[in-house]
Amino acid sequence: MAQSQALQSQEKKELVSKDETTVPVRYFVPTTDIFETEDALTVVMEVPAVNKEAVDISVENEVLKIEAKIDPSKYDGMEPLYTEYNVGHFARSFTLSNKIDQQQINAKLEDGVLTLTLKKAQEAMPRKISVG
Amino acid sequence: MPMLFDPFEQLQEFQRALDAFRSSGWLGAGLSAGGAYPPINVFRKGDDIVAIIEVPGVRKSDLDIRIERNTLRISGNKNIEYGDKAATHRRERAAGRFDRAVTLPIDIDADKIRAECRDGILALYLPRAERDKPRSIAVS
Repeated sequence: MAQSQALQSQEKKELVSKDETTVPVRYFVPTTDIFETEDALTVVMEVPAVNKEAVDISVENEVLKIEAKIDPSKYDGMEPLYTEYNVGHFARSFTLSNKIDQQQINAKLEDGVLTLTLKKAQEAMPRKISVG
Repeated sequence: MPMLFDPFEQLQEFQRALDAFRSSGWLGAGLSAGGAYPPINVFRKGDDIVAIIEVPGVRKSDLDIRIERNTLRISGNKNIEYGDKAATHRRERAAGRFDRAVTLPIDIDADKIRAECRDGILALYLPRAERDKPRSIAVS
């Protein structure tokens, strides 16, 4: 099925609304999958070229914010000849529909893919209520 | 105090430069029909050529790189594992096979090619063949 399809390149989406920076440097919106299980929310995003140390994750007022930065100095002395994509930092935020246990956010970065596991807060877990 | 080094300004400059070379004719006309995977950027670094290819989520072991004369072929498989019992809220990432060949307009020293794959970026260092390098000719 999906696994045997021929892959197509997706054009990187530019981030439109963000707190503006003084210099109009472009940010990109990372391609993201979001799944929910009974006790956690999993956010998987593609952030190629980003180093572990350059990822910033925060949850504030039910908003999950992710900023992932590339290291532009890697391109020092490189002169473009032909390009198909642009490069820049990544940023994206989501309003969470579930209460999250802030102490239990797990992040993993592998092959340019950032996986966040956000455990739901105890009160947000589904509960079975028996009729007595 | 004026800042001598502004990384933001530099990145902005660089982003502009990348835009300016969007589908330049360097890799041959008509090739950039768009959508070919994986996306490739090509740079000159000194005498040599560096191709920077974005392959987030592709394991090193699932990548196959071949060069035949000056045709570079990158193929492989991108797998995404979806956990069980998961309700999907968003699915933007795509998985599948890919196979792409590009013909470089210069001669490459095939024995000295170096490939690095880290953080979802495949970097190919393609040294120009000696015979292809520009050389200055002394006027006698």
